[in-house]
Amino acid sequence: MTWHDRHRVMRRATAGRTLVLGIFGILTLVFFRVQVINSSRYQLQSEENRLRPVPLRAPRGLITDRDGEVLVDNVPGYTIAVLASDADSLRATLDRVANILRLDSTRIDELMRRYRRARYEPVVIERNVPFELVSVLEEWRVLIPGLVVQTEPKRRYPYADTLAHVIGYVAEITEAELNSGLIPGARNGTLIGRYGLENQYDLALRGQDGVRFVEVDALGRTVSESPGQSTLEAQQGDTIRTTLDVDLQRYVAQTFPVGRRGALVAMDPRTGDVLAMYSAPTFDPNAFVGGMDTQDWRMLSQADDKPLFNRAIQGLYPPASPWKLMVAGSALRRGLVTPETHMEIPCRGGLQFGNRYFRCWRERGHGDLTLREAIQFSCDVYFYQLGLRLELETLLQDGTQMGFSELTGIDLPGEVQPVYPASTDYFDRKYGPRGWTQAVTLNLAIGQGENSQTLLGMVRFYAMLANAGGAAPPPRLVATGAPASRSLGLGERHLAELRRSLLAVVEEGTAARSRIAELRMAGKTGTAQNPHGPSHGWFIGFAPWEDPQIVVGAIVEFAEHGSDVAPLVANVMGRHLMGEDAPTIRSGNLDLVVPADSAPAPLPILPDSTLLRSSTPRRTRT
Amino acid sequence: MTRRGIDRPLLAAVAVLVSVGLAALYSAGQTDVPTAVADIWQRQLIWLGIGVLAAALAFRLSPRMLEWLAPSLYGISLVLLAVTLVVGTGAGPAAGTKSWIAIGGVRIGQPAEIAKLATILMLARHLSSLREPPGGLRDLMVPGFIVAAPFVLVALQPDLGSAIVFLGIFFAALYWGGVSPKWLLLVASPLISLMLAFSTVYWGAWIVILTAFIILVRPYVLEGLVIWGTNTLMGVIALGLWEQLKPYQQNRLLSFLNPEIDPRATGWHIIQSKIAIGSGGLLGNGFTAGTQKRLAFLPAQHTDFIYSVIGEELGFLGVLVTLSLFAVFVLILVRIAREATEPFSSMLVFGVAGMMMAHILVNVGMTVGVMPITGIPLPFFSYGGSFLVTSALGIGLALRVSWDSRGLGYVPT
Repeated sequence: MTWHDRHRVMRRATAGRTLVLGIFGILTLVFFRVQVINSSRYQLQSEENRLRPVPLRAPRGLITDRDGEVLVDNVPGYTIAVLASDADSLRATLDRVANILRLDSTRIDELMRRYRRARYEPVVIERNVPFELVSVLEEWRVLIPGLVVQTEPKRRYPYADTLAHVIGYVAEITEAELNSGLIPGARNGTLIGRYGLENQYDLALRGQDGVRFVEVDALGRTVSESPGQSTLEAQQGDTIRTTLDVDLQRYVAQTFPVGRRGALVAMDPRTGDVLAMYSAPTFDPNAFVGGMDTQDWRMLSQADDKPLFNRAIQGLYPPASPWKLMVAGSALRRGLVTPETHMEIPCRGGLQFGNRYFRCWRERGHGDLTLREAIQFSCDVYFYQLGLRLELETLLQDGTQMGFSELTGIDLPGEVQPVYPASTDYFDRKYGPRGWTQAVTLNLAIGQGENSQTLLGMVRFYAMLANAGGAAPPPRLVATGAPASRSLGLGERHLAELRRSLLAVVEEGTAARSRIAELRMAGKTGTAQNPHGPSHGWFIGFAPWEDPQIVVGAIVEFAEHGSDVAPLVANVMGRHLMGEDAPTIRSGNLDLVVPADSAPAPLPILPDSTLLRSSTPRRTRT
Repeated sequence: MTRRGIDRPLLAAVAVLVSVGLAALYSAGQTDVPTAVADIWQRQLIWLGIGVLAAALAFRLSPRMLEWLAPSLYGISLVLLAVTLVVGTGAGPAAGTKSWIAIGGVRIGQPAEIAKLATILMLARHLSSLREPPGGLRDLMVPGFIVAAPFVLVALQPDLGSAIVFLGIFFAALYWGGVSPKWLLLVASPLISLMLAFSTVYWGAWIVILTAFIILVRPYVLEGLVIWGTNTLMGVIALGLWEQLKPYQQNRLLSFLNPEIDPRATGWHIIQSKIAIGSGGLLGNGFTAGTQKRLAFLPAQHTDFIYSVIGEELGFLGVLVTLSLFAVFVLILVRIAREATEPFSSMLVFGVAGMMMAHILVNVGMTVGVMPITGIPLPFFSYGGSFLVTSALGIGLALRVSWDSRGLGYVPT
């Protein structure tokens, strides 16, 4: 007899059926007890479901500089909320406190909408309420049923406008965002990082909200604040350690020319660590804490000088003379020239090309120069010819390969893509196949024309020049260093040659040679012509020359000349490498070889309204 | 009455259950508080479509082929479970566990569900090959190992609910395989010991009863000692195991025993679910009109606690009807297992019945607080693709077995 013997199977099936029916019978009995016998009890409980969860907001994580100095933290602030049993009683309560809290009818309507979204949660009327107001409300407590006062963490930016563009700011989630459901884990009142690192690392910083239960009576009045012991504590978000050096950042903010627009980036070329990033004009992120009213927001976001615009990664500028190193590098790599090569036509203040005359910035001319001297004196005529020798296709190909048409990949939202054509198709599309001439080559050769770069992109280019091997990791603020993805493809001999030329820019003819001798800097000035007004001044350099540890680049809009920018950059490098004892350099004792480049057809200089629109700082990354 | 052709009663029972389940899922999305699950019933429709295809596929598979394939399927599912442990991700309220396999960040399935079917196949293959019913620890070793492997892998995820289902499958299969009730009890005794270990008095009493029972039943001396030893071991390591559990798992078990212990954190779910079901009363608040659900007091109302929606909105009457439907469904499966012409098919269908029964009992019991909160889906009701497809495969197999026995004209009395 096997176990599958028919009689045995029948017997087991019968017993199994009994068992199944028995289990379902028991379940039915349990439901009968809950739903029929005890139903009235549960009905009552349901009607007055007395525990109301009050969310405990998680403090956002801290953001620190590279040494652990806290750049953003939280302080307690008072939040006033109301628990209501139904819409009518909420409206009555709101009407009653409208005078004290200065609520207008649109605000009341908004609060009513919020209530309908989550009836069981308290409706937050006001965050960041001063203590005096809280005490007034507490006096009137009897008249305000369902009043909940609690302390909630409030974001504080101790460095205020010094770090505004990098750190960013937070703002409460909007109704539209809640409806879209695109932000994971968000609920009424969640603070969302809107800009800068607050936005980039929003999820990690946000932490996990806790919950506390408040017992209310059937009318929604708070009976007891926290019955029992059990609350779910909020968990603070992760602390984020940045690569910034806050002393250097503060120094930059203090020394940046007052009232000027522009930006400065300091970076460690070896690791890509961004040590300082400053954009002027700036704003105070503390103004966003607790909500900013529409008028203030409009003033800030629509001001002429665009304070919400991070000029280090969102401003596109013609790279001007600092670009000449790219042209020189490309020519050296391809073996077209050596540092000693002369061009056919010496500089007499300009170059006749076709039916147009392309001027050099120095009307007197530079005479017959070698490549090294051409970099040092920034001779346009030399580079016009070098560009023609390289040919347009090569220039475009090498620039693209070095990464000039791509984002640097820094971990900040809103970086703007530089403009650099990948091939001549770009010109065919833009001007028509016969609508352009080799003149574009001449423009490109001196850093003008269809070429707009961000400050950060150019700083990365100089980091590549500064590093052995001609490669540099992408700039970063928090993320762990990625390997260098781009290389100039230059041998060490050529790199050394280019660095020597950059050293000569700073050192030749320097008045205070002895003062700066301890700190040998290499760098390049530039002046980008601007159709909207005075030219923009560039300076990018690195130091110490023998073993570069810092690359600093700055652009100052309408600064007329790069020479005005150079002392700023030199002082930042000095401060970083020598500390507070570094001698302060003024433009007087730093006699640079300064060009005032001519640029036959410069691109419109940004900030430009089209770009601003595409990178509105309010947008939210999820 | 023709008894040939497709098994209409089974098809009808499943069709009704699926319809009611879909309606409940639609209602679960109708809340005053906007939720992400408002339109989830539409996605369930897609899964149902896939389920129909899966059932059709299973229907086309011959039991012989399945018997031949069983070891490979079982092996594959074990590998999948092991992989899940390494690269698995969590979902929803159980985000910390590793139950899902995700490719490119998209969660594509829970291997535990498919492993249930594979284990049933493997058990069926083994047990149907035996001449005599297993009657002793030696005979029970192989089926024990077959279930233990996926059980341990699932318990490590940790997914207590699915682990319980594997136990259900195990005991169902042993029962159907002719293992005598006394041996079933002896095999289950370490589990009982584990559960009673929280109280020295209860556990002591249990050991006395067990000793008496062993003496009465008189297995081989070695077997008796092993069983007795395992029970003692369970009593000793219970505390250590308890401390191994994550705090949320401890809370779930504790608040199952006494929801008022922790009315705000874990007990919250049970209390709110009971309030929802209890306030439904005899006739319910009306379809989509449950206030507990509408105000979002009800947790996971589209998955684990979907039966609370039924209880609140359709009342005891709705509960009675749905429980009867489930009972009819399980009994039809038992009937098909009984009518099957050969042991493998019979065991296969009874295993599926055991799996369904475990799911229904644990899920429905959880909503009224007679089972611990374990988060396993209610067949045909809970939203979720993996288990729906698994259920569909099981039903396809049952339909095939029924078809085969009818085709042979085997219609028992």
